[in-house]
Amino acid sequence: MHNFLDFEKPVAELEGKIEELRRLPDSGDPKIAEELSKLQGKAEKLLRQTYSKLTAWQKTQVARHPDRPHTLDYIGALIEDFTPLAGDRAFSEDHAIISGLGRFRGSSVVVIGHEKGTDTKTRIHHNFGMAKPEGYRKARRLMKLADRFKLPVITLVDTPGAYPGVEAEARGQAEAIARSVETCLGLKVPLVSVIIGEGGSGGAIALAAANTVLMLEHSIYSVISPEGCASILWRDSNNAAEAAAEALKLTSADLEELGVIDEVIPEPLGGAHHCPAETIAAVGDAIEQALKELSSLDGGALKVRRREKYLELGQKIPS
Amino acid sequence: MNWLKNLVRPKLRELVGRQKGTAGNLWRDCPECEGMIFHSDLEKDHWVCRFCGHHMRLEAGKRLVMLFDEDAYQTVELDAVPTDPLKFRDRRKYTERMKEAQNRTGETDALIVAHGKMGGFNVVIAALDFSFMGGSMGVAVGQGLLTAARLAVVQDASLIVVPSSGGARMQEGILSLMQMARTTIAVEEVREAGLPYIVVLADPTTGGVTASFAMLGDIAIAEPGAIIGFAGARVIEQTIREKLPEGFQRAEYLLDHGMIDMVVHRHELRDTLIRVIGLLRNTVPAADVASIPAAAETPAANPAPSEDHPAEDRPTE
Ligand SMILES: [Zn+2]
Repeated sequence: MHNFLDFEKPVAELEGKIEELRRLPDSGDPKIAEELSKLQGKAEKLLRQTYSKLTAWQKTQVARHPDRPHTLDYIGALIEDFTPLAGDRAFSEDHAIISGLGRFRGSSVVVIGHEKGTDTKTRIHHNFGMAKPEGYRKARRLMKLADRFKLPVITLVDTPGAYPGVEAEARGQAEAIARSVETCLGLKVPLVSVIIGEGGSGGAIALAAANTVLMLEHSIYSVISPEGCASILWRDSNNAAEAAAEALKLTSADLEELGVIDEVIPEPLGGAHHCPAETIAAVGDAIEQALKELSSLDGGALKVRRREKYLELGQKIPS
Repeated sequence: MNWLKNLVRPKLRELVGRQKGTAGNLWRDCPECEGMIFHSDLEKDHWVCRFCGHHMRLEAGKRLVMLFDEDAYQTVELDAVPTDPLKFRDRRKYTERMKEAQNRTGETDALIVAHGKMGGFNVVIAALDFSFMGGSMGVAVGQGLLTAARLAVVQDASLIVVPSSGGARMQEGILSLMQMARTTIAVEEVREAGLPYIVVLADPTTGGVTASFAMLGDIAIAEPGAIIGFAGARVIEQTIREKLPEGFQRAEYLLDHGMIDMVVHRHELRDTLIRVIGLLRNTVPAADVASIPAAAETPAANPAPSEDHPAEDRPTE
């Protein structure tokens, strides 16, 4: 791990000590080996404790963790012959959304996902995962392509939200999102979405009005960021974000209870960033399972079921 | 208007002896030109300033009276939905905010749905009321739109939706976001029935409302000067750290950018809707339908609605 969150500091300190001991020239010494295994046990226990009771606000930080696997990591590990397809055919290419054709566990699919980037340069290139109208219009174009060739669509959601900018508004940010949602809902092929990090508002549901919505354990999905909510309802974006995160019910457990998502994918101990490969494999298995379950439905049924799911949503609230 | 403002008004103030903004006030200031308008004239003009043409926000109920043929409509009782699904509480409880809005407006939520005749045509009109928690969209609004859509299908009616909303209702969290999908399904049902779906974008239409049913109209009409957009102006300013262009997110700006079909003065709205429905459905309106009388003087609207909505009711992106 390169980046530690505040609440991970005690674990980080232990791991630092472990690292120091390992680097000692006589680290083969049985006394040192014993100390090492003791420390490792302690670190794991602490990590387990920390992660077993993450608050909504801490989960928000985990969901945004810079080392958390992003869309390109998933594509790299899960999609063979990935062939990116660019552009909305109207204005521009939007690097905040990655999309293309590929083979997932043997079958052709269309993959669409927000990409946040991993360092300053790539973050700027991908605009921090905040798409503009052309991004959603590209997504729409690819979904329609999938529909025409009867290919399942996999979407990976990881965005703080749609980009708030003058140009984006001028080109119809709202309309682009609305049409993207509409296209999701009209598809006659399976649509499986995974909230892999941050599911930020309209920019997220634009890609996620799906047959099956999967969500990583420590991801978040919300109508507004905790900070945004805090600044409006609490009039305090700095100190109330924690309370807002709690109130918004944005964790995977909350959303599963509300029926907004279909399945929570457990993360490895210490979160996805602790063990990206394991996380990505688990996500792959969950997508495969979801697609398998949808494979018996014909196009019409896929569309009808998807609609019914959203029509029923929120009508009965668990008490 | 300055002579009026500077000379006449103070005297009138003395004469009338009432403070601006109090109930039962005979006068009202136009938030745009500050012209003083008799309340009764304002009602007659459907809340369009007779001096500068500024379109003030119109209550949803008054909107229905203005659009339907005289006495030819009924409001629909909407389904009860689970209230406060998240047990949301910020500095105040959501249930308290709701009760307050309900008491103030006499409505159960922000959407009013009515069906009836307009120019003799069957129409269903669903209008959002900005005075009810900023016209924000939660489960009730989503459900109301579905009801409106299904009513339109059953009655072979056109669906007219008049949004005026800050967006999603934060206090219903993710369930408010899900209404973007549910209202889109409502629109689809009308479309699949081959019926017109017309949106009249009123000030303001922003956030998740714009990014769903409000931008999916077969025909998109906006009222002059209405703010229409996805992200709030303040959020954009904070992001780009520069001044926004003149007229940004106004109806006329959207028209220039190809996002809507037309900007229509409120006094011509009813006639325009009747004409469009007649053309789309290839039929003619009833001959005996009188058009509403235009106000004595209707200069071009001045695009600048007031910023008078409470921030707490301002929902999200
Ligand atoms: Zn005026």
